[in-house]
Formats: sequence, C-alpha cells, structure tokens
Amino acid sequence: MTTIPLPLLEQFQFGLEAPICLTWELTYACNLSCVHCLSSSGRRDPRELSMAECKTVIEELARMQVFYVNIGGGEPTVRPDFWELVDYATTHHVGVKFSTNGVKITPEVARRLAASDYVDVQISLDGASVEINDAVRGHGTYDTALRAMQNLTDAGVRGFKISVVMTRHNVAQLDDFKAIADRFNAQLRITRLRPSGRGADVWDELHVTAGQQRQLYEWLVANGEDVLTGDSFFHLAGYGKALPGLNLCGAGRVVCLIDPVGDVYACPFAIHENFLAGNVRDAGGFTAVWRTSELFTELRRPQTGGACRSCSAYDACRGGCMAAKFFTGLPLDGPDPECVKGHGEVALAGVAAGTAPRPSLDHSHRTGVVPLTLSRRGPDRACEQNPLTGLTLTGH
Amino acid sequence: MSKRSSSKRCRSTACAVSTDTLTASFDLDAAWQVDPQVSIRPERFGALLYHFGTRRLSFLKSPTLVAVVASLAQQPSARAACIEAGVTIEDLPKYRAALATLAASRMISERNLA
Repeated sequence: MTTIPLPLLEQFQFGLEAPICLTWELTYACNLSCVHCLSSSGRRDPRELSMAECKTVIEELARMQVFYVNIGGGEPTVRPDFWELVDYATTHHVGVKFSTNGVKITPEVARRLAASDYVDVQISLDGASVEINDAVRGHGTYDTALRAMQNLTDAGVRGFKISVVMTRHNVAQLDDFKAIADRFNAQLRITRLRPSGRGADVWDELHVTAGQQRQLYEWLVANGEDVLTGDSFFHLAGYGKALPGLNLCGAGRVVCLIDPVGDVYACPFAIHENFLAGNVRDAGGFTAVWRTSELFTELRRPQTGGACRSCSAYDACRGGCMAAKFFTGLPLDGPDPECVKGHGEVALAGVAAGTAPRPSLDHSHRTGVVPLTLSRRGPDRACEQNPLTGLTLTGH
Repeated sequence: MSKRSSSKRCRSTACAVSTDTLTASFDLDAAWQVDPQVSIRPERFGALLYHFGTRRLSFLKSPTLVAVVASLAQQPSARAACIEAGVTIEDLPKYRAALATLAASRMISERNLA
C-alpha cells in the first residue's frame, strides 16, 4: 500500500519482532553419521535442555507468535520426550515441522501424524538410488527412508516433505527425486550443501560443479512452482531470474537457530562462536536474544556489499550465503564460494589450505563418520533445517 | 502442500487479467472475518499472517490494511471496515484488491450473518 516507506525486503533486513521461521535442533544425538551433517551430530550433549526448559521456550515462542518451528537435530525423534514436546508446542499454537531420517516413523507413529493438523514431517533422502544415498547417509538409510514414506502414505499422510541436499552425485537425479515424491503424494524439497559442520570436510568433493549449478538453476526455473528450496539457492539469482522465496540471507533477520543446549545462532548453518548471539537460559530468554543481542543488531544494519558491490548481479544474489563464505575462509563481504559469476572460485584460490574457520562444536560419534566410499560422500543435514521451508510468500 | 495461483510468478498480461477477475469477484458488501485458522502478528511495517491449515504466510504492508483486516469481524461489511479504518473512496479499489487476494488465499473468509 502507499504508506509503506520501504520495500518489504528492506524491512525484513532490519529484522522482525520475532523470527518467521525458527530452527530448533533438539538433540545432537543421532543414530546416523552422515558425512555432510551440518551440526556435526552423533553424541548427545549432557547439557541438553530439559523438558521443563523446552516447555519454557515453547511458551515464549507462543507469546512472540512464532507460527511454527522446524525441529531437527541430530535425530529429534530419538529423544524419548520428543512427542510430548510436539504435543506441548501444538497445544500452544506453535506449529511443528520436524526433520527425520525416518528411523522412528513406524506405522503407529504414522497414524498419529495423520491425525494432527499442526505437524509436518520431512524425510531426509540424499540419493534417488540406494547407492548414491547410502554413500552419504550410511548403509541401510535409503531403505529406512523409503519405509517411513510408505508408512506415512499407508496412514493417509499427504504432502509430507522429502528433503534432499544437492551434491554433484545427485543433481542428475532431480527428475527421479520428483518421481519419488509424486509416487508418495509428497512434496520435494531440495537444499544447498553448505560447508557447515562435517559438511566442511566433504564440501570440496561434494558441492555441485559450476556446470551442474547452471543445470540446477534451469531445472528450478522449469519446476520451481512445485518444489521447495528453503530459499537456499538465492545465490543462483545471479543468473538472471529470481527463484521463488525471499531471496535474501535471513540470518538473524528472519531466521535463527536454537541448538540443543539452548545456544542461539544466526542460522542453522552457522554453528560457530562468531555467530552465537546468546542462550535461551540467559536472563530475558530467547526474546531478549532475538530483539537485543549485539550480534543480531549488527546483522540488521545495512550491509556494505564489499567487493561484490560493483557486480551487476549484486542486487539479485546479495553476496550469497554468509555461512558458505565463512566456513570456506572467504570474507563475509566478498563473493559466495559458489558465485555464479565465478568470483568465488578465484577468491577460494587465494585461501591458504587449513586456514578456514572450523566449527566450534563437534558431537560426531567417536567411531567416525559412516561413508562407505570416500569418493561418494554426500549432502549435509543442516540444509534440511532451513527455516523458510514450505513458505509460499505473497505480499499485499 | 497446496500451491496457489497468487504466489506464482506470472507474466504481466495473464497476471493482470486474473488479478482483475479476482478483485471483481470480491464482495465488498458481504460480512468477512479473519479465518479462524489464521494468526496475525503485528510488525513494524504492518503485520504477518499465517494460516495453520494451508501453511501459508502473507504480509500486510500497511497499518491501515491491518486495521481493516482486524476489524472485519466486528463490521457488517468489508466496505464498512474500510471506511471505519479511514480508507478514502479513491483508495478503496486498492484495498478491495488486497482483500480479494487475502480471500483467495483463505486468510479471510465470508461469515454468515445470523
């Protein structure tokens, strides 16, 4: 309308009263050891929030009118009190979308999910074939995911999400993923592999090539209406045409992450002390962290654009993903490592080996990650948690 | 989940036609309400709306539009809600268009007058 002083996107960059979407990793415990896990999950952290503390957080989210949370982990369903928490959230009108590898989605659980209007499920699958998927997620994980999908379908759940992290090994399977989603009346969601968590160790060998990136973009332009992306490919807007979504880095502005011990980070892909804004256990709780923390206040100031400012694509890509830059050792005001103009590759060549920042936390199983073949490592779980999942945006 | 036409990036002419049709079919003189499955969150620029059934999010980009939407349930018609919120005759078509879009995405629904 006429009274608006700034375009909506500008408003968003200055932050909102509460996040639009919030990712909440409930536990670092996981039965799997995916090579690209964004949160380096595996072992439970002994300082994990108790159920009482979780309930306090939910009450706070309800007061702030956070419409829904994206719950992930780790594998959130391995927390014995997971369903109690889901029920508590939905009775407080905080919707829940949770990401799972499917291990606990039995026929009984599927029937329970079919009965709830406020719970969405997202099953992780990183290959449309056993070989490609299990190389990244571990032996037997393809069958587990497909069994969970079958259970959901048999119980009458429609429109659950199948979440795929794109790698150079599964880009060629995009149509196959879509066919799997169609077969289960599910919705395909594809996200970007970030060099976060264990993803940093496999990013070089797994991230899509420049040629594949163009192919991915063309596929999204052709199929984007029916496919969710969690807004994670906004750096591809540099090719010319914006993809559906907000097309901005929402870190600390419209999204954030609460980790299993209550730490609040700017985004799910940025588990590093540089992006740690506070803790929900602090005085003032999550509300104070969101509204007044030094880090989030800083992120909401106008960005300079740095080296990218003079680029013709800057208005479209806005410099790309903060976390991708950070964990590949690039300056935050420089190009994205996967910049479509090729500036990222040039910049990466100037980063000395071993100098990129490492994630601050590692909860990986001590037995090591699972990959069967090192040359076939895959995508990262972090991507599945993007808070903008499933949003269809319209402005009035 | 459900995808709706208003969110699609459509080419100019087709879009203009469908928007006009949408607006023309919106009954300003009917009684409306915010859908019971919708939550409204005030923001500095206006408000955010979230529909728990369709999982869709919408933005109200002006405080006046927020006032109109919030008062729909208390007013005998959408037109009355607009007038009460201070919308001028010249601006009415714009508000009608906004309300039509909200109706199309089920954010607001017609209510039955007893």
